[in-house]
Amino acid sequence: MANCATLGDKLMSPEEAVRRFIKDGDMIALGGFTVNRNPMVIGREIIRQGKKDLHLVMHSHGQAMDLLVGAGCVARLELAYGGTGRFAPTGIRFRKAVQSGQVKVEDYSNFHMSLRFLAGSLNLPYIPCRSGFASDVLQQWGFGPELRGTGKIPRDKAIIGQNPFAQEDDPVVLLPALNPDVALVHAQYVGDDGTVRIKGLTFLDVEQAKSADRVIVTCEEIVPAHTLREDPDQNTLPPFLIDAVVPTPYGAHPTACHYFYDYDPRHLNYYRAVAGDDDGFRRYLDEWVYALDSQEAYLTKVGAADLINIRANTKVGYAPGLDRR
Amino acid sequence: MSTTYTDKEIMALAAGRLVSNGDILFAGTGLSMLAATVAKRVHAPQAVVFFETGGIDPTLEELPLAVADPRVMTGTCMNSGLIDAFSLLIHRRLRTIAFLGAAQIDPYGNINSTCLGDYQKPRVRFPGCGGACDAMSQAFGVIIFMQQEKKRFVEKVDYISSPGWLTGGDARAKAGFKRGGPFAVVTNQGVMRFHEQTKRMYLHEYYPGVSPQAIADNCGFALDVGRAREAQAPSEVELKILREEVDPCRLILGPLPA
Repeated sequence: MANCATLGDKLMSPEEAVRRFIKDGDMIALGGFTVNRNPMVIGREIIRQGKKDLHLVMHSHGQAMDLLVGAGCVARLELAYGGTGRFAPTGIRFRKAVQSGQVKVEDYSNFHMSLRFLAGSLNLPYIPCRSGFASDVLQQWGFGPELRGTGKIPRDKAIIGQNPFAQEDDPVVLLPALNPDVALVHAQYVGDDGTVRIKGLTFLDVEQAKSADRVIVTCEEIVPAHTLREDPDQNTLPPFLIDAVVPTPYGAHPTACHYFYDYDPRHLNYYRAVAGDDDGFRRYLDEWVYALDSQEAYLTKVGAADLINIRANTKVGYAPGLDRR
Repeated sequence: MSTTYTDKEIMALAAGRLVSNGDILFAGTGLSMLAATVAKRVHAPQAVVFFETGGIDPTLEELPLAVADPRVMTGTCMNSGLIDAFSLLIHRRLRTIAFLGAAQIDPYGNINSTCLGDYQKPRVRFPGCGGACDAMSQAFGVIIFMQQEKKRFVEKVDYISSPGWLTGGDARAKAGFKRGGPFAVVTNQGVMRFHEQTKRMYLHEYYPGVSPQAIADNCGFALDVGRAREAQAPSEVELKILREEVDPCRLILGPLPA
């Protein structure tokens, strides 16, 4: 049996994690990618606690981002892609919020954002690359002078510099590092010592967590640490980087969590159907976020039939034959 | 005999034919998945598909609907993350070919997947460039999928999300790019390529039953159709593999031809 007591005061509820570690105006890195391992439980709790003026930083993000933006918690985003693939090629509330000017967006590419988190994790001030010369991604700035040079937002979005080692002309794109206030990670396993193991693709969760000042990890299971230490090659983050461990079965629903469950096509299609309309989205928030103050209540509403439907086959990691239309 | 097929079917097959055996394919979802998978099964068995999320060479027994679909993580040679995936995309030893789509394209293959109208106050916002800007910047080559429409083939895109040949000629090299750039645009009516020197788009192939003029009429800029030839119709074998093995549930292909 996992001995959760050894996690001490790191073990907490979503309510406590958000109350203690997230404040209005924070820069928050969202882990996962479009329809996979989104930190949904913490996302919904942020909405319930009415956090405001958040600054989200991510590469390609889907459901958690769209929900937080739609609920009015977000003032600024830096990202490469906002959507959930075929279910919502452009995030539904994201699109509305950008078009109406409700949020400010700074676009980068996925590689740019990956490198910015990597630089932050290595405590580098900036990092060079060769992506995006002469593109509007670098030439158009979404954050105006009122934001640039304030807080964690550097004066320049990017700078075209020269490779200092080259004999000849060799331009490089210099990107500012990112060090968010908080990183949100959803993992399959956390040991009862706090060791984190992500199965399937890690995306950029490792770099995001290492670049952040505080790290909240939600997980499907807390397991005895020795079971993770028997195969340490599989582990993702060491315990001492983690500030909060929050057990949340199905914590990424309606996005996927490899070896535990697939994404939920029924829920994602339902979301797409209702979220485009302001009243419909408000009802969605009332029904699926505000009215349900625990993961048990949330999962009861999702229903056993849906949860069985998306249950992953333990050998292939997803739900073979799932109706994904 | 005449074989009927849909726009999506011929697009997937036309793009698939551009893949060489041994290519390393950077795939998005949708048509690019189909093109890569059908190419592997028809003529390029040693081509490898990988995803920017970090899934390298998955078995793809079921089609992924997003690049972060758990189906890109199964049966892979390895699972990694974004940094690893991009290190392959831009690797100097690899012939990486990327498949991209966009809302707008200009005569030099610069594409827009970010917004219509002013970036600061967009009339329509799209998802953003994702990894497309990186693929256009640093892959060995890029194949672009487009719907052949005047509003999509425009003289000037509203926003360059992913840089192609920029203003043509040697503009791309001058900007700092070491390799790459788009080499084909596959639409529902034909296949475009780029002039060797000027880097301006021209019509390379039109599909059976489509006239070069019809394509020029569906293009918002002057398109040279003088070098165009008729494309080979999809073969029975190609269609069978696409329909029965690649997307039997027609998740991406959509309805069968009437």
